[in-house]
Amino acid sequence: MSGSDNKWIGENTIRPDGADKVTGRAAFAADTSMPGMIWGKVLRSPHAHAVIKGIDTSKAEALPGVKAVMTAADIVDFPTDTPVALGIQDMRWMCRNVMAREKALFHGHPVAAVAAMTEAIAAEACKLIEVDYEVLPHAIEIDDALAPDAPILHDFIEFEGKPSNIAGTIEHTKGDVEAGFAEADVVIERDFTTRPVHQGYIEPHACLVSVASDNKTTIWSSSQGQFMVRAMVGLLTGLTQSDIRAIPAEIGGGFGGKTIVYLEPLATILSKKSGRPVKMTMTREEVMRASGPTSGSKSTIKIGVKKDGTITAAEGIYWLQAGGLPGAPVRGAVGCALAPYDIANGHTLGYDVVCNRSKVAAYRAPGAPIGAFGVECVIDELAEAIGMDPLDLRLKNAAREGTQAVHGPTYPVMGYVESLTSAKAHEHYNAPLGPNQGRGVASGFWFNAGGESSAQVNITEDGNVVVTTGHPDIGGSRAGIANICAELLGIDYKRISVLIGDTATIGFSNLTGGSRVLFASSMVVTESTKNIIRTLCELAAKIWDIDPDAVEWEDGAARPAGANAGQFDPLTLAELAARANETGGPIGAGAQVNTTGAEGGFGTHICDVEVDPELGIARVIRYTVLQDVGRAVHPAYVEGQMQGGAAQAIGWALNEEYLYDKDGKVDNPGFLDYRMPVASDLPMLDTHIIEIPNPKHPQGVRGVGEVPLVPGLSAVRNAVYNAIGIRFNDLPLSPPRILAALDVREAAE
Amino acid sequence: MTDIQYLAPTSLDEAISAYAGANGTGRILAGGTDLLVQMQAGMVAPGLIVDIKNIAEVTGIEETAEGGFIVGAAVSGAALEKHAGFAEAWPGVLEGLNLIGSTQIQGRASLGGNLCNGSPAADSVPAMVAAGAILTVQGPDGRREIAVEDVPTGPGKTSLKPGEIAVSFAFPARAVGQGDAYLRMIPRTEMDIAVVGVGVNLTLEGGVCTAARVGLGAVAPTVLLVEDAAKALIGTKLEDSALEAAAAACSAACNPIDDKRGTIAYRTQVAGVLLKRTAGIAAERTLRT
Amino acid sequence: MAKLHISTTINGEPEEFLCTPDETMLDVLRNQLDLTGAKEGCGSGDCGACSITLDGTLVCSCLMLAAEAEGKKITTIEGMAEGETLHPLQQKFLEEAALQCGICTPGMLIAAKALLDENPDPTETEVRFWLAGNLCRCTGYDKIIRAVLDTAADMRGAA
Repeated sequence: MSGSDNKWIGENTIRPDGADKVTGRAAFAADTSMPGMIWGKVLRSPHAHAVIKGIDTSKAEALPGVKAVMTAADIVDFPTDTPVALGIQDMRWMCRNVMAREKALFHGHPVAAVAAMTEAIAAEACKLIEVDYEVLPHAIEIDDALAPDAPILHDFIEFEGKPSNIAGTIEHTKGDVEAGFAEADVVIERDFTTRPVHQGYIEPHACLVSVASDNKTTIWSSSQGQFMVRAMVGLLTGLTQSDIRAIPAEIGGGFGGKTIVYLEPLATILSKKSGRPVKMTMTREEVMRASGPTSGSKSTIKIGVKKDGTITAAEGIYWLQAGGLPGAPVRGAVGCALAPYDIANGHTLGYDVVCNRSKVAAYRAPGAPIGAFGVECVIDELAEAIGMDPLDLRLKNAAREGTQAVHGPTYPVMGYVESLTSAKAHEHYNAPLGPNQGRGVASGFWFNAGGESSAQVNITEDGNVVVTTGHPDIGGSRAGIANICAELLGIDYKRISVLIGDTATIGFSNLTGGSRVLFASSMVVTESTKNIIRTLCELAAKIWDIDPDAVEWEDGAARPAGANAGQFDPLTLAELAARANETGGPIGAGAQVNTTGAEGGFGTHICDVEVDPELGIARVIRYTVLQDVGRAVHPAYVEGQMQGGAAQAIGWALNEEYLYDKDGKVDNPGFLDYRMPVASDLPMLDTHIIEIPNPKHPQGVRGVGEVPLVPGLSAVRNAVYNAIGIRFNDLPLSPPRILAALDVREAAE
Repeated sequence: MTDIQYLAPTSLDEAISAYAGANGTGRILAGGTDLLVQMQAGMVAPGLIVDIKNIAEVTGIEETAEGGFIVGAAVSGAALEKHAGFAEAWPGVLEGLNLIGSTQIQGRASLGGNLCNGSPAADSVPAMVAAGAILTVQGPDGRREIAVEDVPTGPGKTSLKPGEIAVSFAFPARAVGQGDAYLRMIPRTEMDIAVVGVGVNLTLEGGVCTAARVGLGAVAPTVLLVEDAAKALIGTKLEDSALEAAAAACSAACNPIDDKRGTIAYRTQVAGVLLKRTAGIAAERTLRT
Repeated sequence: MAKLHISTTINGEPEEFLCTPDETMLDVLRNQLDLTGAKEGCGSGDCGACSITLDGTLVCSCLMLAAEAEGKKITTIEGMAEGETLHPLQQKFLEEAALQCGICTPGMLIAAKALLDENPDPTETEVRFWLAGNLCRCTGYDKIIRAVLDTAADMRGAA
């Protein structure tokens, strides 16, 4: 699709949910209430690692106002020896994550929950629950968990024949890395660490659940997938999925962190037990202690190049923290690390390491920023070592159409090279720098996903359009869908209402994740809309009494396809809708597809920092994101994804980290000391959209949202090196770390 | 659940009587930006909350006949910022107060609350110490005055006696050649608690520093008045060697802890850096007045 | 716990409610008065999602006791538009895609309006520091800052 003749695709239209969101009307999960509603509260483990020997809830149950109390005994048990996969999750781990079963695995792990007339009574009742713990030694950091005498979290996990905290590995191999390194003129090997970071959505997890006496269950919750909520609640409570109606509330940010359930199964059980609707919300402290984050990591990266810049071999070994239960995003780390490069000999290996932290959840390109961090840092160092511009070194080795990636696939047409050449030519890359300022670049890749998507497009009696899809809209995807539907129908986008259906009103749709939403939903919306256009043409043909093939749809009206078809005045959508009953009946079409062809996404970032050498503070002063987005259906929201990802990367690189005390307890469980970027921390975030249409998509769309987190950590770090000449291999680049390094250098000089 | 009462008296006597009568379970509510956080976190469970914002004396700003200022203990940062005379005379104090939290926090946070919360990292306190501000308190035994540096006695602790309420702060009149400033180090640009905070108040006559006070925050159990740093500045023209000596005095005065906000080494080093920068700004301001 | 009877004005309308002495304004707005536009992101004054104005001053409603509303005038996001007409900031946020998930948007708009009421011609830096207490995790702030600056320019032009 060339785009130049588009009327709506590529336009920054007003989002369908916009007016509700700027007036406070949009209903997020915590904004919903029901008659007779009571409040649920979770009792959480005060220990980082402890056997639960017994729980006595009798005193809590006796407290006036308490309506129900639950423990893990109320949740369906999935034995540890039988995997039950649901998407990327395993119900063996989910049933133990939503409530501690044999053991409390982290400080803040749910142990019991109460529903009572008020939140205060529920909190009071939680204090009356007596839990008999046998406290165990804990392991917070990767090295603690891998130490020979480490406390073993799970006796059912073995690695190399011995009890271990390594729950699994993923490995990719291409060619022969040893032979490749032997061919290199320069080989650089470095160790890196990144810290766990939270998704940082501003809306805490919340839900309202009503279970009627016949088990008919309604769930309003903030999630990235109402069908995920339905399936997980069904599996964890034993309710049948057809009894559960999961309604997607507006969601106040997710970034992957709301692709699993925390409160929903608890509220469902409490509602069933109490016979009342139950509302549960997490405090920010609970969010920080017990939800998300993404893994902390350590890695060793080794890359060899010839003097001409050819990468001869590359290797990355990664250890990622999973939290208390298996499931670190190892695949993203080992799969994406080397993906931007055409490398003959590559090897990546990642370990999934359990430790006494909250179980990780997906976070925007899960694992990929961790994978890219060390690689993009070593490439920066190699470029300097051989005297080559870092973008030129990347360009020399850039993956292109036909490249076979180390993680397996052979790439179709895609715009990584263009992101590099655009960066090289960008005014930003060539702008002068002042004292204590530096510039860094880095690239990144994310797989992107397709998967199941459903849509229903209906024409109203007055000739307007209602589109229902099944993926919660977090970043403005409804606006993109409206643009596409308007383009196809040739009508003003304002005549199109786009809604997110609940599990009872729209077909199965995979969750909002993997940068799939606009890719997948526009495929089913396109198919549905095309079917409607065919129907409309048929209706016009009937009215005109001509062959349907002789009718074409243009500019919102059916028209005779040519002079031979006859002379008829066009019939507009409104006119055809008004005559629908006499010509055939309701006009609507749906589609349900397991979409394929998402294809990966690539981006390159340019970052300028300024370092205060006396205080060790690094501030980002200019930033440009360049990315192949396939087709920018709604450019402003595409830019928004690129800017938001970059901002999160800057936070990860500079200040965000969890701090634990000696008891294994998070010491900074709030926005005060978990330091996400605030408005005054950032410059404008410039974007450069590259459109190399995805040939496997009707509008050329590629996933956009996750790629822009991937290069940022290294772009910031490489810029700090350029500013002060010190290569940091551990994040975050917090002021004490930078100042200490400057002092060490000064002492050495 | 414990019972809790809320009172919003309109006279100081009424407030003191209720507060003193609460047998230690009372808490004073000025801006509430610390109290409500502590209540929500379950750190405090007051039996009585005395909202003092309906009392004229603690919410007013008065310019004295001598040119000094009496600032009510519960005056918010947003209100104090709008007082042109105060902003001109004591920009450093205002900087300190206005660095506490967000614009939203500024709408509520007060000098009295910031001081009486007893945090060693309170931003307005080093600036007030440098300014030589005097706190007037009133309690069941009447009124008394306390130098601001003598109010905090440890983290979360003050020298106020049971039943005493912070009423107002007295700031001296300003003369030509005087200037103050406050700087803090935080990892972000806003919204953090000070890792180090330095307030400096200088008098320059013919380019020579004739008087100086230095307040230092977040590096010891209480905000410090660093007399050695002041001595290092007095009698000099604030040349580099004098600033280095004052910086060294600040670093020497540090008795910090390693915590989630900063390390001992970092705080000690940065205290000196900030002294030099803050003194520079204060000196510039002496030229302006 | 004895409840207090509070008379106040919310979005220009007289309002009365009962609250416990330790109840926050945010809880009363959301749980009693059905004014759920103010959001609770942190409960500690660190995110600004619950921003309201109290007698014209921008505050976090999570750090204000409901009892303090007695005799005061409160404005929430629900009172920002004039009938059907959006405030220019609301309109600009829509036009310039200055929101993604929308959870920070009510607080961001209330805070931005308080800024423009006080300073009709802010610099980018002034906007950034004024809004530093309003966290947004989606946008990287770029489009929010631009929307506020562009609205200010429009309003100056119209004035």
